[in-house]
Amino acid sequence: MTGVGDTRQPLLAVQHLTMRFGGLLAVDDLSFSAYPREITAIIGPNGAGKTTVFNCLTGFYRPTAGRLAMHVNGEIFLLERIDGFKIARRAGVARTFQNIRLFAGMTVLENLIVAQHNMLMSASVFSIAGLFGLPRYRSAERAAVERARYWLDKVGLTERTEWAAGTLPYGAQRRLEIARALCTGPALLCLDEPAAGLNRRESGELNQLLLSVRAEHGIAILLIEHDMSVVMGISDRIIVLDYGRKIADATPAEVRVDPAVVRAYLGEDGVETSSRTMVTDPGVVRG
Amino acid sequence: MKAASGLAVTKPAYTTLYWETLLKDAVLAALVAVLLALPLVGLQTYDIGGGALGIRTHFDWVVMAAAMVFGGRLAWHFRPRRRRQGEIGGGPVFARLAARGNRWALPITLAGIAFAIALPFLPFSSRYLIDLGTTVLIYVMLGWGLNVVVGLAGLLDLGYVAFYAVGAYTFALLARDLGLTFWQALPFSGVVAAGFGVILGFPVLRLRGDYLAIVTLGFGEIIRIVLVNWSPATGGPNGISDIPRPSFLGLPFARSAPEGATTFAQFFGLEFSPTQRVVFIYFVILALALVTNLFTLRLRKLPIGRAWEALREDEVACRALGINPTNVKLSAFGIGAMLGGFAGCFFATRQGFISPESFTFIESATILAIVVLGGMGSQIGVVLAAILLVTLPEFGRAFAEFRMLLFGAAMVAIMVWRPRGLLAHREPSLRLTPRPRRARLR
Repeated sequence: MTGVGDTRQPLLAVQHLTMRFGGLLAVDDLSFSAYPREITAIIGPNGAGKTTVFNCLTGFYRPTAGRLAMHVNGEIFLLERIDGFKIARRAGVARTFQNIRLFAGMTVLENLIVAQHNMLMSASVFSIAGLFGLPRYRSAERAAVERARYWLDKVGLTERTEWAAGTLPYGAQRRLEIARALCTGPALLCLDEPAAGLNRRESGELNQLLLSVRAEHGIAILLIEHDMSVVMGISDRIIVLDYGRKIADATPAEVRVDPAVVRAYLGEDGVETSSRTMVTDPGVVRG
Repeated sequence: MKAASGLAVTKPAYTTLYWETLLKDAVLAALVAVLLALPLVGLQTYDIGGGALGIRTHFDWVVMAAAMVFGGRLAWHFRPRRRRQGEIGGGPVFARLAARGNRWALPITLAGIAFAIALPFLPFSSRYLIDLGTTVLIYVMLGWGLNVVVGLAGLLDLGYVAFYAVGAYTFALLARDLGLTFWQALPFSGVVAAGFGVILGFPVLRLRGDYLAIVTLGFGEIIRIVLVNWSPATGGPNGISDIPRPSFLGLPFARSAPEGATTFAQFFGLEFSPTQRVVFIYFVILALALVTNLFTLRLRKLPIGRAWEALREDEVACRALGINPTNVKLSAFGIGAMLGGFAGCFFATRQGFISPESFTFIESATILAIVVLGGMGSQIGVVLAAILLVTLPEFGRAFAEFRMLLFGAAMVAIMVWRPRGLLAHREPSLRLTPRPRRARLR
């Protein structure tokens, strides 16, 4: 499908990304690209630096070196230079977190409305138009609610809009967090282990959701995942990290039989390459 | 093991052991009570003439305190335990009130407002009662202001009284040096206090929880100490007196008007009475408090209010969603401070005299207690807590020196009974309406 010598315009081009914490080299000279309308997975054993890459992309860390370029509507945004909170709005990068970070005390609907803060804030003209309930603000709020309603339907939470987000079951919280990220209207959706803690049926539903997000909205997805049924099932490309280095960058079929990947996952003596063994990483399940 | 007390029915196998534990626990509590009571009530100083102090001992009181704690602690173990597991404690009345908050909030609010308006004209009303009502309303307004910072944005502020002081001094100085009246100075008080709120906000942007509390505590003290020491401007510990009283659309409340002016009483052809001013001042703070309430209720349903709550819940997620945490925090500090400034301006005109004495840490603590006791983020809860906290010490006057003890005990009782505040029900800021075409009421 997509080889190393790809000539298409990437959506996200990461070049020579390096992240050093004191003496620890978490990400070592990593280069990869994510293309529009594609699902790119980043996999690797625990501690390989996957989440660090996400934190660099979304402005939580400032990389030690490297260039992270988002190409949106003909504009280039250098993520390493933009203030963290501006990345979602300007460069269109939205993310979810490995340990779910919802606004637990607020309702499901409110979580999705908060995600549209910047749009609503400018419609409310520093809260003044909103304070007096001017039509301009009211129609913006209606539009925000409609957008929230659309994604609630999509992730199957319409029945629970008034639940406090923290009281939802685990799987529903994961879906709500994805819906919240989608409400920001992203060009690239970064999902940090969206299938962690989901059962087989739920991760099947997740696959369907991600595929439809890509097909219907043209949103590219960058995915960190340990659940190989998700990774192998929907990814267009897989990037494998080990100790912060890229050891493979290929299609799922190629990665599955890549000797370097097998070694990283199973040690030197590894023989079995089926997707089942890849899942049984004892550190995968997190609270 | 063969004891047949009422207890043995519930804990048959462990009766002896159980009693032992109970007694040990109660004795321990009584010991703590003795330690505390010895210096507090056991020793009493009195004047022996010539400016010297003698010490009187009151060990009988210490014994009484220990006995009461011992008995109380034992009784505590036999309290009825009807709570289901996982349920957060609470009396049935308030729990029901909170659960049905939606249906009853409006009638209760309207009844409350109607009562507040009618209060000065009720037959049992007196000057003392109206004064008390004014004090309650000041604290209600301060509570609603602090609720923005603590209840909504989740930023623990222990120095809120600083903004109250800034508002009061702004008006006092504007009146003394520029001759501004209350109504002219009111906006300035709010703006200057908001400015101070933002100034406080900048250094504490990266702090949360305990650390933030310490810095805000320090800020409150800095303001007070500046007011004490900057004598040329603030009058130092002597404060500022002769602050002008508010007028009714330019009509002063006075026995006789200066030349060329009419007093309120003359204009309406009434007999002059000092009560008129007291009642008017009461209505001014009632109006200010209601405007504050409408303002904060409205803000809560706007993006800014939801961003405050989101910030309280998770700052990292806010950043990931493109919300600028700096703006959100500074706006919470600024708006909270502005409301405190308005209250301060009113306080100055009501008292006619202000000094740093009025803006000590205990005021900050009281306002914070009102917010916490009321239930974080609950508007009606703040009113209930303010009434309780202001009137309780008044009722307690009959108990003389035990007044504050009673007050503290009541606060402990409320927090044991309702750990999340009197009314801890959170109303969603917006709902998914089944019929999107129909205009929403709120």
